[in-house]
Amino acid sequence: MNAVEVEGLEKRFGDTEALRGVDLTVEKATVLGLLGPNGAGKTTTVRILTTLLKADAGRATVDGIDVASDPRRVRARIGLTGQYAAVDERLTGFESLEHVGRLFHLSTREARARATELLERFDLTDAGGRVVKGYSGGMRRRLDIAMSLVSRPTVLFLDEPTTGLDPRSRLGMWDLIEELVAEGTTTLLTTQYLDEAERLADDIVVIDHGTVIAKGTADELKGQIGGDRLEVTVGRPDELARTAELLRDRCAVTGAEHVDVEARTVTIAASETHKIVPDVVRLLDDAGIEVLDVVVRRPTLDDVFLQLTGHAADGDADEGGDR
Amino acid sequence: MTTATNVLPEPATPVRRSKLAGAVGDALVLTERNLIGYVRIPEALFFSTVQPIMFVLLFRYVFGGAIATPGMSYVDYLMPGIFVQTVMFGAVGTSIGLAEDLHKGLIERFRSLPMASSAVLAGRTTADLVRNVFVMVLISAVGFLVGFRVHTNVLAFLAAIGLMLLFAYALSWGFSIIGLSAPNSETAQLMSFPLLFPLVFASTAFVPAATMPSWLRPFAEHQPVSVVVNAVRALTQGGPTARWVVPALLWSVGLLVVLMPLAVRRYRRAI
Repeated sequence: MNAVEVEGLEKRFGDTEALRGVDLTVEKATVLGLLGPNGAGKTTTVRILTTLLKADAGRATVDGIDVASDPRRVRARIGLTGQYAAVDERLTGFESLEHVGRLFHLSTREARARATELLERFDLTDAGGRVVKGYSGGMRRRLDIAMSLVSRPTVLFLDEPTTGLDPRSRLGMWDLIEELVAEGTTTLLTTQYLDEAERLADDIVVIDHGTVIAKGTADELKGQIGGDRLEVTVGRPDELARTAELLRDRCAVTGAEHVDVEARTVTIAASETHKIVPDVVRLLDDAGIEVLDVVVRRPTLDDVFLQLTGHAADGDADEGGDR
Repeated sequence: MTTATNVLPEPATPVRRSKLAGAVGDALVLTERNLIGYVRIPEALFFSTVQPIMFVLLFRYVFGGAIATPGMSYVDYLMPGIFVQTVMFGAVGTSIGLAEDLHKGLIERFRSLPMASSAVLAGRTTADLVRNVFVMVLISAVGFLVGFRVHTNVLAFLAAIGLMLLFAYALSWGFSIIGLSAPNSETAQLMSFPLLFPLVFASTAFVPAATMPSWLRPFAEHQPVSVVVNAVRALTQGGPTARWVVPALLWSVGLLVVLMPLAVRRYRRAI
């Protein structure tokens, strides 16, 4: 039995179809990265799985329990860390954890012991007696995750755990999540950062406009979109169109090239790059195009996203929050 | 990051309790949480008593002289109105507090925990009730300072206070629906006032209904705020008590019975 099973999940808000038939599974003791831009349906999926929303159609189970028919039993087995740190600024870190323990009907003694243990585990022992109002963003996030682990959940849901964190806190959060995973927590993680999914997730489900557009491991996804990437940087923006045209002819790869006007680069999938690079340099030179740089690299998840959706993972996503 | 303890060996073992005991326990944890908040930010509590004190002074010394109240001095007529107004404004705190919890994602967290769905609302309304008790003590003291007197006995006065707290508690549940529906706490407050204002001022709280136009008088005489204010007057100044106290109790309990399930229903859908 999988830790999470989702079949044909649909959800509509007014005129907006937030989910249009999402299927996914999370194997026990693995991490699934649910990857997609803002408004793709990631948060809606998490909210249905954590019993906060009811789906219009489809079926979802957590630990074998149906989320719609038995929400309370599901709640006893999950931990949820929502998009923003849900911490009460007026309480201390210790009180926050103790209260959650008591809401899980632990005895007062057990709730306190658990709070102390989690504070230590999350490097918050010194701050535990202080009011959360004075905590940094990273500390709040750590406390938030600690709060979702009080009951030792079988499945942990992390909705964009590093959104809004500075780079250092983000790396710290990655280490923390990796440790939790190493201890065997089944985790469903949503993110709009491709590097985050690549680093933390065993399997990745790419979601856009409420439908799953790809799934697999990071390597499988990269394999799906063909070989290496050739990235050419030119001197002037008006040379980009001609460069793209020449590259397309020479590489003869299906799947469009990507033009980044700001960086003045054209990226295209290419095979046998060791032969292509000299050709490309010569071609562009003959055409009078000033070439600043030619790079061959392994495809990233960014490339996957571009190829699958036609737009970058961040940037030109839909307006509005992730509902 | 220390790696000493394994965080997730097995699910924690909850203490077995009956459904009701569980719900009461959950509500107590959340009441405690809100009370800690009030104690940690005493400024909020302090300033919430400033407005009613200004109302006392305004009506006692500025408007009071121009208002004729048959059968009792104006300050004795006024204070029951001020008391009821104060607890009602205190009940607005419920909508503000819940809107804040919702906005900060706390309701989302609470809703993902396996606790009674009445607990968050019960915890908030109970904490606001405790806060109202505190405010009542303060406003009573101010009332006595400006000349208000109880002409019955202490028990009747305490009964009057209990009645007002019950009425405000019922309203708290109503205001919690507004708090859970508002986009933020400022709006929650603004949404509460159009409801509160006609109830408090188109009533017999500050002036007798006799001077109001004939179209307004029936409403002003029979709406629940007037009923409660009249009951408090009867209990503190004398006169036939049952005529007002019984309907005031019926209104309070009736509102509570209707508003509680509506609020819980709204909570179950709040995100």
